[in-house]
Amino acid sequence: MKHQIRLNVNGADYDLLVEPRKTLLDVIRNDLGLIGTKKGCNTGECGACTVIMDGKAVNACLVLAVQVKEKKIMTIEGLAESEKLHPLQEAFIHHGAIQCGYCTPGMIMSAKALLDKKPNPEEGEIKEAIAGNLCRCTGYLSIIEAIKSVAKTERSV
Amino acid sequence: MKPFEYLEPQSIEEALLLLEQFKGEAKILAGGTDLLVQMKQQKTSPKYLIDVKNIPGLNSIEFSEERGLDIGSLTTIADLEESPTVRDRYPILYAAGKELGTQQVRNIATVGGNLCNASPAAETAPALIALGASAKIVSRSKEKVVKLEDFFTGPGETVLKTGELLVQIHIPNVAPNSKGVYFKHAFRRKLETAIVGVAVLASFNGKGKSLKDLRIVLGAVAPTPKRAIRAEELAKGNRVDGNLLEKVAVVASEESDPITDVRATAEYRREMVKVFVKRGLNEIVDH
Repeated sequence: MKHQIRLNVNGADYDLLVEPRKTLLDVIRNDLGLIGTKKGCNTGECGACTVIMDGKAVNACLVLAVQVKEKKIMTIEGLAESEKLHPLQEAFIHHGAIQCGYCTPGMIMSAKALLDKKPNPEEGEIKEAIAGNLCRCTGYLSIIEAIKSVAKTERSV
Repeated sequence: MKPFEYLEPQSIEEALLLLEQFKGEAKILAGGTDLLVQMKQQKTSPKYLIDVKNIPGLNSIEFSEERGLDIGSLTTIADLEESPTVRDRYPILYAAGKELGTQQVRNIATVGGNLCNASPAAETAPALIALGASAKIVSRSKEKVVKLEDFFTGPGETVLKTGELLVQIHIPNVAPNSKGVYFKHAFRRKLETAIVGVAVLASFNGKGKSLKDLRIVLGAVAPTPKRAIRAEELAKGNRVDGNLLEKVAVVASEESDPITDVRATAEYRREMVKVFVKRGLNEIVDH
């Protein structure tokens, strides 16, 4: 039996009829067409599908869409404000923290969840926050530098 | 994932009714970080999934000096980690929670789910057993309390019977003058299943440093998380010196019953039990 659900993604409500076995990831990509969120392992190990649910980073592949109800979801598409990129997006570009780009949306969402909770994290906390995001190009150092730079920027404001 | 019916009870009573109605065909969905993966891999394909996350009152952490700590079974690992009470009063549980999965997983995985999934390597189990935790289990006809060390019956198996639901974990107050550590041994630092997990909790007779009580709990080296009871008995009442450490570690290793799998051989695991039991005791005594 399909379930009628209302998802709130990046501030917009979507009314959908979904099969219970459909993951939040598949709904975001296939039903909403928001393909910035990537599908890697589909078993909660690679972090490519990381989105923010009620302020917390989660693997969208490990959440059923029917479970979401009333929770607020933010995907990578929700970060930029009109033409203006989010400071994390700017920092990733500036630091060359993107190689193939596949892990980038997940990395940025994990970083955002961290900075929203803790604007000035230690390096160890940054590493901990992105430990669940695998970068197969192994560009971790630039990624950590990029996140640090945003933390610093916010500190000086 | 095979198709299933999704059910969302709003109360414990309703959940228990559904469990009884669908007998062996239903599974409880808590955080889902283990179950959904197993369903995707079709290791299990329940016809009914009972999502208990909407039931109020099962995700609280409550502490009192008299009673100790009560953790609702749906408390997430992240909530445990972020609780100052857990961090300050039950540091080995805090340490074990930190070792579980990734931030994304800890944000949705639950304590009850970690226990009911009953992996021999379940991260929270050795710490909780060392702390003397017990599980409150309810069914339509009764309510019972089971010591967590008796909760696991095999890989993926627990004492829970059809129609029963784990609702709360209780941890008594920690004895004064006690110290504990939890070690997870794995090849990667994160996102890894333990090769060996060791929780050690000891209380001392005043300043003389003889051991009043000792709990050594091993993870990932037997079909279930397991207390090394003979090793504990050997140490109790004694002062901890190098000689005793060695003996206790050897006995704990003999009490382990590991298998060889993709992560390590049984022989290696037995050796590592020795190493980490010794290291655990050392750390506790040196403090």
